[in-house]
Amino acid sequence: MNKRLELVSGEPSRNLPISSHKTQFATFSIFSEALAFLAALIVMSLVSLFLSGAVRADEQDAFLSGFTTDKFADTEKTINTLAVSGLPMAAPILEALAGDRLLFDPESKALLIRKSESQFIAAIDGHIEDAIEADDLKKVRVNNAVRRALDAALGSLTLMSPDPAKRLAAAESAYKSHDPATLDLLQQAIEKENDAKVKRMQLAARAAIQALDPQASDSDRLSAIDLIKARGDQDALGLLSKLAASSEGAMKAAAESGIGSIRATLALWGNVQNIWYGLSLGSVLLLAAIGLAITFGVMGIINMAHGEMVMIGAYTTYVVQDLIRTKIPSLFDYSLLIAVPLAFVVTAIIGMLIERVVIRYLYGRPLETLLATFGLSLVLQQAVRTIFGANNREVGAPSFMAGSFELGGLVITYGRMWIIIFALMVFAILQLVLRATSFGLRMRAVTQNRKMASAMGIDTNRIDALAFALGSGIAGMAGVALSQIDNVSPNLGQSYIIDSFMVVVFGGVGNLWGTLVGALTLGVANKVLEPFIGAVLGKIVMLVFIIMFIQKRPRGLFALKGRAVEA
Amino acid sequence: MSLTRRNMLLASGAAFAGAMTMSSIGALAQSANTIKIGILHSLSGTMAISETTLKDVMLMLIEDQNKKGGVLGKKLEAVVVDPASDWPLFAEKARQLISKDKVAATFGCWTSVSRKSVLPVFEELNSILFYPVQYEGEESQRNVFYTGAAPNQQAIPAVDYLMSKDGGEVKRWVLAGTDYVYPRTTNKILEAYLKSKGVKPEDIMINYTPFGHSDWQTIVADIKKFGSSGKKTAVVSTINGDANVPFYKELANAGVKATDIPVVAFSVGEEELAGLDTKPLVGHLAAWNYFQSVDTPANKAFIARWKAFTKNPKRTTNDPMEAHVIGFNMWVKAVEKAGTIDTDAVIDAMIGIAVPNLTGGYSTMMPNHHITKPVLIGEIQSNGQISTVWETDGTVVAQEWSPYLEGSRDLIADWRKPLNCGNFNIKTGKCGGA
Repeated sequence: MNKRLELVSGEPSRNLPISSHKTQFATFSIFSEALAFLAALIVMSLVSLFLSGAVRADEQDAFLSGFTTDKFADTEKTINTLAVSGLPMAAPILEALAGDRLLFDPESKALLIRKSESQFIAAIDGHIEDAIEADDLKKVRVNNAVRRALDAALGSLTLMSPDPAKRLAAAESAYKSHDPATLDLLQQAIEKENDAKVKRMQLAARAAIQALDPQASDSDRLSAIDLIKARGDQDALGLLSKLAASSEGAMKAAAESGIGSIRATLALWGNVQNIWYGLSLGSVLLLAAIGLAITFGVMGIINMAHGEMVMIGAYTTYVVQDLIRTKIPSLFDYSLLIAVPLAFVVTAIIGMLIERVVIRYLYGRPLETLLATFGLSLVLQQAVRTIFGANNREVGAPSFMAGSFELGGLVITYGRMWIIIFALMVFAILQLVLRATSFGLRMRAVTQNRKMASAMGIDTNRIDALAFALGSGIAGMAGVALSQIDNVSPNLGQSYIIDSFMVVVFGGVGNLWGTLVGALTLGVANKVLEPFIGAVLGKIVMLVFIIMFIQKRPRGLFALKGRAVEA
Repeated sequence: MSLTRRNMLLASGAAFAGAMTMSSIGALAQSANTIKIGILHSLSGTMAISETTLKDVMLMLIEDQNKKGGVLGKKLEAVVVDPASDWPLFAEKARQLISKDKVAATFGCWTSVSRKSVLPVFEELNSILFYPVQYEGEESQRNVFYTGAAPNQQAIPAVDYLMSKDGGEVKRWVLAGTDYVYPRTTNKILEAYLKSKGVKPEDIMINYTPFGHSDWQTIVADIKKFGSSGKKTAVVSTINGDANVPFYKELANAGVKATDIPVVAFSVGEEELAGLDTKPLVGHLAAWNYFQSVDTPANKAFIARWKAFTKNPKRTTNDPMEAHVIGFNMWVKAVEKAGTIDTDAVIDAMIGIAVPNLTGGYSTMMPNHHITKPVLIGEIQSNGQISTVWETDGTVVAQEWSPYLEGSRDLIADWRKPLNCGNFNIKTGKCGGA
């Protein structure tokens, strides 16, 4: 690295005699490689010297003026010339442009990089500019075409960056853009690379460029096609389709056979993917329904305001994030962890209030409970609308929930993965509470036989309130998770209430395992159907299926047996 | 169930709506000498998210007009009703506004179905409605002035842009929409348009989802798959309302970048983006006739006034708001031209009225009761704003009857005498459609 820097800085000749002292046979091959490499670098440095000579300091102004015309085509052209100019400021300027920090003065046409809110440096030489009126400046505007050029340019500038992550990103962008201009640079990068993962990406990028280059030799192109075929992802499929459309003969045949094999593996992975999507949808259903499984399934209360508990949980997340953003931004990644217990407490308290004030007077009168809780749901919605406004609120994703990773041909988004884990955790904890605590024992006793439980000295009144609070609290926790994938708006809960009832009824009233199996079954069935018949019809088919299923088994998948049923 | 729902709505909303009516009755008693303006936007229910803002902007416009001395020497007075996102209730409330409150004109509705449900009321009672939202076209009514965009003022220019060199020369199209009349009609028009431009049927994928769809994994994966054929692909989204946020969240998580597969949306504005972290969405597009980021003195003044009126420095502005500004100013001019608030006189005076829009030009009311508009294509920025990357040279005249649809191709609307018809068939020479 040092040597290269020295060379580029303009002293090529001194290094050659030093290395030529080495004549040992064993090191010869390394030596010759190094020599070839040095030679390449010399050529490069000469080119860059020539170019930087061509762009003299007084001409740089004119050179960068493409950025100040406020036209996308000029900006794009300037990016491309800047990328190969070898100017020391090229990388900072392009990075500033990518970060929306490149501005210009419409009067003097001076190009500036914003360092902080009020600090600017001149783009030409990097000296600090004082006395700049930020309000007078205009941003160098960017559109998708400019962004693409920028990605490619930054990619070629960072191909040899010391940071492996940056190198990987650069190689990926070269793979995607497969721009022949980056081939030489890529070649050098491959020779120097020692990180296996980055190297694999760089080789793929080189293959992508060679495969599409009509000037490359046939054997090179064919082996490039093999390499791309082995990657087997959707980008590879796109590349080969492009190749098949533009070439003929052996090349076309090779590309087409590649397309065929990639299609086959992708189709296989597509099925796995559908099942994964189904599990993910199932986990969302489970989260929404599991609280209801307690209030409806165990206590027999038709709680139409259940969805609003989910919604309040989501708004709790919003409030927590809002506070963290303004007060302690460093804690942002933990915002959801903080929000989960808070949402539980907030919604549990609201749930308990509802039980004490409304529902306790309506036990055993399902129709009245339904109406009262439906009214409550509207009241809660409008209350939230009045407090927070009708607009959606922004709930951000903490860094561990953003983005996705690939597992074979499966693309798994972190957010969905954590929601599945969270749903299963909530289920496990709830089972534990019901099975292993004395509160759980009492609750089950009350469920099975209220009078007998009361005769045994259980305060059924208190248990009712606590159970309802538990169900509501769990709904609140679900709201924290759902805030990551859905709108945080007053209507959030409405969209889940029907699905939740569907899951509980399908799974078997009064049985948590039934809820788990029901949610996952409905989720997977829905997602397996969707690619064939579309989302709208898929939903209808699911509803029809449930109607028929309930006809056959009115008590759901896992029906309770014994005397409890009659009670 | 629907009966109970209605009752519950009425019951729970009684206090709320009651307060509204009380105040309007109170105002009625003390001011016989005002001109009343009806505001028919949902303040509760699903559509409250979009429509509440429009109520606020109308209140602001009326307040400002009153500061200038009102219209025809009389003060204006707003009558606000809440149709609660319930379509039949829209018709009831419209009837109440016209026959009980005697409003001179009504500004309202958002969804096409709410507009369709009030149309017969405005026709029967002969009153004026200003409809501010982009819609599917295929309609022109004597009593309605459409200040939002018709498909050729939004959808078709957006597709043209994507097909151009600047837009990335898109060859493959995903038309994704919510399953109701606006997306279905718009997509039908777009499909016919794309085919007329030589796009093959296998390069068009059409997908519909239910209202409020929240699980987009399969569809986003399909879009990715469709986009990996080596041809440049774009998504044209007519997804409406609440479903957009989960859609964009899924796009961001699945890594669908605007530089690879751009999504151009017709129903996503600054307001919808306020509920999203837009950093992963930078570069995705929106097509409208107005953006908050438009840099004109008129728009700057409007935004400043809006923030002051709502006492919230973070409030955003959007396209339907501008439509109301244009519609309201047109109505004021027409009333002054006619010298009366008589419905027939005002309807006749409206045609040909031109008022400045907020993007630096003039919008004119055409004989088809639609207005001329510039079309802007913008890219979503990391701060939640949309910045213009392309715009039409001048304003575009609305084609209320699309030339790309069978059956509407031969129709024209002209509400001037002697034609005076909303669906005149030029082939048969008769008024009354096909």
